[in-house]
Amino acid sequence: MRWLPEIHFERRLKPPRWLGPATPPIAVIVALAIGALVLWASGRDPVDIYQRMVRAAFTNPGAFSNTLVSATPILLTGLAAAITFRMKVWNIGADGQLMIGGVLAAAAGTFFAGQSLPVVMALMLLAGIVGGALWAAIAAVLRAYLNTNEVLTTLMLNYIAPLILFYLVFSSTSYWRDLSSQHAKVFPLAKTLAEEHFWPEYGTTVVVPFGFILGAVLAVVLLFLVRSTRFGFQMRVSADSPAAGRYAGIRTGRLLVVVMLLSGAVAGIAGASQIGDFSHRLEPRNLQFAVYGYTGIAVAALVRYHPVGVVISAVLVGALSNAGFNLQGLDLPLGLIGVNQGIILLLVAASEVSTRYRLVIGRRGRDETRAPPDGESGSTAVVDGIGNERPSRGADS
Amino acid sequence: MTAAGTRTQDQDLHTVSARGITKAFPGVVANDGVDFDADRGEVHALLGENGSGKTTLCKILTGLYRPDAGQVLVGGNPVSFRSPADAYEAGIFMVHQHFSLVSSMTVAENVVLGWHREKRRVFNRRQVEEEVARAAERFDMHVDPRAVVSRLSVGERQRVEILKAFYRGARTLILDEPTSVLTPQEAEQLFVSLRRMASEGESVVFISHKLDEVSALCDRVTVLRQGHVSGSADLRTTSVDARGLARMMVGRDIAFSRRSRSEPVGESEPALELREVSAVDADGTPALREVTLSVRPGEILGVAGVAGNGQVALGEVIAGLRDRTGGDITLRGEPLAPGNPRAASDRGLAYVPEDRIGTGLSPGLTVADNCVLKSYRQRQLGRGPFLVKARILARTQRLLEAFNVKGTADSLVRQLSGGNAQKVLLAREISSEPQVLVVATPTRGLDVSAMESIRSLLLEAAARGAAILMISEDLAEILDLADRIAVISRGRIQGVLDADGADAEQVGILMMGGSLEDAGAVAP
Repeated sequence: MRWLPEIHFERRLKPPRWLGPATPPIAVIVALAIGALVLWASGRDPVDIYQRMVRAAFTNPGAFSNTLVSATPILLTGLAAAITFRMKVWNIGADGQLMIGGVLAAAAGTFFAGQSLPVVMALMLLAGIVGGALWAAIAAVLRAYLNTNEVLTTLMLNYIAPLILFYLVFSSTSYWRDLSSQHAKVFPLAKTLAEEHFWPEYGTTVVVPFGFILGAVLAVVLLFLVRSTRFGFQMRVSADSPAAGRYAGIRTGRLLVVVMLLSGAVAGIAGASQIGDFSHRLEPRNLQFAVYGYTGIAVAALVRYHPVGVVISAVLVGALSNAGFNLQGLDLPLGLIGVNQGIILLLVAASEVSTRYRLVIGRRGRDETRAPPDGESGSTAVVDGIGNERPSRGADS
Repeated sequence: MTAAGTRTQDQDLHTVSARGITKAFPGVVANDGVDFDADRGEVHALLGENGSGKTTLCKILTGLYRPDAGQVLVGGNPVSFRSPADAYEAGIFMVHQHFSLVSSMTVAENVVLGWHREKRRVFNRRQVEEEVARAAERFDMHVDPRAVVSRLSVGERQRVEILKAFYRGARTLILDEPTSVLTPQEAEQLFVSLRRMASEGESVVFISHKLDEVSALCDRVTVLRQGHVSGSADLRTTSVDARGLARMMVGRDIAFSRRSRSEPVGESEPALELREVSAVDADGTPALREVTLSVRPGEILGVAGVAGNGQVALGEVIAGLRDRTGGDITLRGEPLAPGNPRAASDRGLAYVPEDRIGTGLSPGLTVADNCVLKSYRQRQLGRGPFLVKARILARTQRLLEAFNVKGTADSLVRQLSGGNAQKVLLAREISSEPQVLVVATPTRGLDVSAMESIRSLLLEAAARGAAILMISEDLAEILDLADRIAVISRGRIQGVLDADGADAEQVGILMMGGSLEDAGAVAP
């Protein structure tokens, strides 16, 4: 393989500041280019397809409004994921937290039927927050005090939450089930929100759901929380080095519980928004199949868990799914749209490497490690020792 | 066919030389035209501060790095190592600071582990054991080939690493700061073995930044500074003292601060007192056994011991980072509740942990964030729940200037050199004007100039009236700085000596678990 130029990664000692924010957009452009190749190879005109995608997601009448509708739940679950993932706590349970938040919000919305819209909205939000936080609290307490893996517990709780929904609406005569009409007794349905209690929308040409505005505001609030408060300082220290956090006197267990509750609360707001903004009643099957919680993780990962970035990536992912939904048909199978979406997500996620390493082609030298010499790694003898390379046989054969 | 023993001719064939070695990393030239020779039959010291390029040079010699320019020669013939395996072929081996031994296996098993040079498919245990024993005898290194490695002391493990190299045909042995983990007696023993190797015609490269070791042990010395060879000397023919070597290393004269013990510490109340404190490690094994100590204001109590004898637990228990299983700690006359680092620090305790980057500092955060790692709750740094960045920066700036740290407030701690990171940590802890300061291995891994400034910082803090508990594996440092010396071994305090009149040998006996009577010392 002598004729191949040597390609290797070299660690950036000090990544330029612009590189972090610039990477995801560049990755999207590269992904669209690769996607164009795929479309072209399958005998389609990429320019035409992309034009249709843009129209379906943004420029057609009502298209952008639909994109925002798709973006709203994943914006909120994306924020829920961003908060904990930033702290290196892996709450993947936004799905379940959203559902339980939705359950309580639906109850609040129908129970206080006589109240004015703002009061009902506030109560629904509060109920959603409590529901999501409670569901997250189970995993949070188990992690903080019994050191169980939160990935497993939140994942398992995601399986339990829809069962509760099914039970409440389909298998019991609970408060949530609509028993008033003959129709609902044959095809079980949940109680519907009174029409005057549907959450408001804003704008005329582009209609913005209330939940989206709420999410955008929350994003800014969360950014300030992390950047500028003492609480956020504790989060940043614990995320970077839990040992340093304990050393600094931060009660890491308590902090972890609070952050998980916060994340659950935001996911619960997503649940309340589902009821108030869109479905107006508990729809167990739709919530189960939508997997907003998991999509939220991808949305947050695309922008490295930056709260305000989540707003942008939620709109992008919302646009993709909205376009995909509208474009699928005889000439464009759903799978091909999925391939294009996948390429975008994969490239943005993988481009993170380029902020820490740069690609070097054709330079001599093939070292065991890219680590700088002892003085530069800014280390004590202990850290130096970790850098002591063992001969790696695999690399040389 | 042991590697040792059979070769006697071909002496010159194995001289290892480096000519004009240059190696650059992004942002730094680690080696710049370095010439170096390891002749047969000599112990050659490679001396230099951290970051001077010693390790890079040795990694080039052992095939871990490839030079950008220059040539490595073995026996006068140019060689180009593509991997460590090529360097082994040429007889060049390196013993790293951290050993690569499998602790559940015996010495003999470790020696042959992963060694495929011989076409022998079956492991002939007895034969290997005999060969190892013979090599051990040849170099005066006592190791039982049948012993399980987990039962061996650090010094013995190091011997296994060296024997492993010779079993595999080493003619040139590179040792990376081998004495940093040894007691003075073990180091003495190592020196005997290294001299023996040299007299048998092998060549030994000894990386160090301890000047006294170099002048005691080595035949020749090459000093590196900032990637260049800044000096070399043949110690057999010329006499260069430690001061001269230090000048070559640093480029100027170095005067180490020492404790002047003219004014004895008064009989004031202890600021920190431990009574029969016990603690365990994570796996439940005892780490501290009924430790009783006291430090008075203005006093430096040095805790000496070989690494891994409870030092980490001692610091953590006092700082409240580890629960104790028994005993009491009194801080300025009042009992200290266990497991509460914030309470300890609020009551005037500062702690510089052994793990600086990762515990004492948060490596991925900025210098500014790290400067307020403990004080971020202070009202004057913020407004309501918000932190005011300008105020944090102002405080950081003051600290950086007062403690002469090279680095900016917005650089990440992991980008700092080891010495500067340690200065940031000490700056933060000392500037809180603590009544009690617990410092663990304050200068380990630091170069001479950083060491010098950290030593004087500690002395200033003591002069200001702080009670200092200094846990260190560097005995020379403890002898220089401490008023009293407590020696810890297997989690127990073996004895407390007055620093006046204590010598390294006495302390060494205590470090290995001996008693004060064995050491022939008079308890203060």
